[in-house]
Amino acid sequence: MTQFAVICVYLCVLVGLGVASKRAFRGTAQDFFLASRSIGPLVLLLSVFGTSMTAFSLVGSSGESFRIGIGVYGLMASWSGLVHAAVFYFAGIRLWAIGKRHGYTTQIEFFRDRFESRVLALLLFPVLAGLVIPYVLIGLLGAGSVVQSLTQGAFPSAFAATGGGVPLWITGLGICSVVLLYVFVGGLRAAAWANSLQAAIFIVTGIATFLLIASKLGGVEAATQAVQAAHPEKLIRGEAIGPLYFLSYSLIPLSIGMFPHVHQHWLTAKSAASFKPMLVLHPVCLTLVWLPCVLIGVWATSATMPDGSLVVPPGSPVNSELAIMVQRLASPLMGGILGAGILAAIMSSLDSQFLAIGSMFTNDVVAQVLGKRGLSERRKVQVGRWFVGAVAVAAYLVSLSEPRSVFTLGVWCFSGYASLFPIAVAAIYWKRATASGAIASVIATVTLGTFFFHDSGYGSAPGYLFLHMLPVVTMVTVSAGALVVVSLMTRPPAPRTLSKFFPHDRNAYDEE
Amino acid sequence: MGSRLLLAALAAFAFLHQDLWLWTDGTLVFGFLPAGLAYHVGFSLATAGLWGLAIRFAWPRDLEVDTDSADRERNRAN
Repeated sequence: MTQFAVICVYLCVLVGLGVASKRAFRGTAQDFFLASRSIGPLVLLLSVFGTSMTAFSLVGSSGESFRIGIGVYGLMASWSGLVHAAVFYFAGIRLWAIGKRHGYTTQIEFFRDRFESRVLALLLFPVLAGLVIPYVLIGLLGAGSVVQSLTQGAFPSAFAATGGGVPLWITGLGICSVVLLYVFVGGLRAAAWANSLQAAIFIVTGIATFLLIASKLGGVEAATQAVQAAHPEKLIRGEAIGPLYFLSYSLIPLSIGMFPHVHQHWLTAKSAASFKPMLVLHPVCLTLVWLPCVLIGVWATSATMPDGSLVVPPGSPVNSELAIMVQRLASPLMGGILGAGILAAIMSSLDSQFLAIGSMFTNDVVAQVLGKRGLSERRKVQVGRWFVGAVAVAAYLVSLSEPRSVFTLGVWCFSGYASLFPIAVAAIYWKRATASGAIASVIATVTLGTFFFHDSGYGSAPGYLFLHMLPVVTMVTVSAGALVVVSLMTRPPAPRTLSKFFPHDRNAYDEE
Repeated sequence: MGSRLLLAALAAFAFLHQDLWLWTDGTLVFGFLPAGLAYHVGFSLATAGLWGLAIRFAWPRDLEVDTDSADRERNRAN
């Protein structure tokens, strides 16, 4: 009961923050979708980090390390520290500069102009938006399992089917409503403020969880030594993770370069210098979140209660390991605070994802269909708000179906975005890239992604590999190959377009 | 450090990420961190250092100039 009350108080604070951000809202579409490009270095660092961390990083990482051991950190966290920062440096800053120079609000607007193709834009919208849905589901499933485990036994008569824990459908409904409320009111500024607050909260509560659980298990040394005695295979990669499999994870973090919600946060930056702290501190923040979660997941394999029983009983639901450790080892008040921290990580992604889809629908579909008649600033904000609401309802309804492993679902979603990343690289650096090449790349991604996802039982097979590697390797290779081959076979972009997007390239001017 | 040197450093980091020599090493560092995990935590922190150097020596200053002049043009037009 105490845990549930603390979580409710936290949700009320977020609603208050959304209402406060309304005072800064200027009423324009630029302000609603991009906070008038006014975000400084600290808020940009925390908002992008908060947006890119979700249930995958907390619930998924601890759950996966519970299953396969410490190698999970190398698979995701250390690769992400290197690759995310590289994507920020080589793509993010440049996309921000192009967006600022030409007044873009979404990534699709840039691709439409760079490749001179409305067809590509209309094709990209359902693909990018469709890939956000599983990403949103990761958050809703993770939040549901955390709250259900944390409130176990609190409401025995009301929720007998879930052992007295608050069921997934109530948690999903609650967090979707809160996120929608503050996004409706304050747009991206509210989301950026909320994300910064939430990123700080989940980093601090994550470390607090780690220290608390370690002390309950007799200290960090005793907790790891218990694993060494009972499950030494969890402390090495061994046969659980093959070298090729380990290497193939290098491509997964490329997905951050095509996340619509991360792109939208990039565009909010006040200046290029705003990116500097993000490059250096993003890998450090990743370590602060992933290291405690991975260690807690590994400790959970062997941690016992004073009566000798396992803290996480065999057969516990997927995604629930972290919450069970907190629920059984921490006080109810601390459990509530830590639960709020986990929800913070989840909601800091949901708000931006909802807003990014609303932004794309308004600017890339409705505004394009209406053509010269266009939309007034006020109407754009209204359309964006209602579409955000529709997406939230759709994602919520899908989340009520059978849960999948958050980690597995996440990897599938990231594979799709990573396979589209060659389009962004080519758009920025390769003037010979054409619309047909980009369309071929999208089609290759969708075709291969659908085939592999179907072949894996729609994400129900966690260890699904192709040629001993993650399917993302094949998907990125074929997608990039299709882009290059078809681009070379088709007519280059017009010289005027090239001079617009490659202003420092002498050859671009020469061709004109 | 120019962009090419940065790319070379990134390639070296990618190579170092594949720590085959620690694959089955269960030694505990500081009494609680498995060697494979300690190595990758160190790798993450070294990555932060690399990007610090990139900001110092390979920062794309032309982008600031570009957007500043775009701002001036837009303001003049308004």
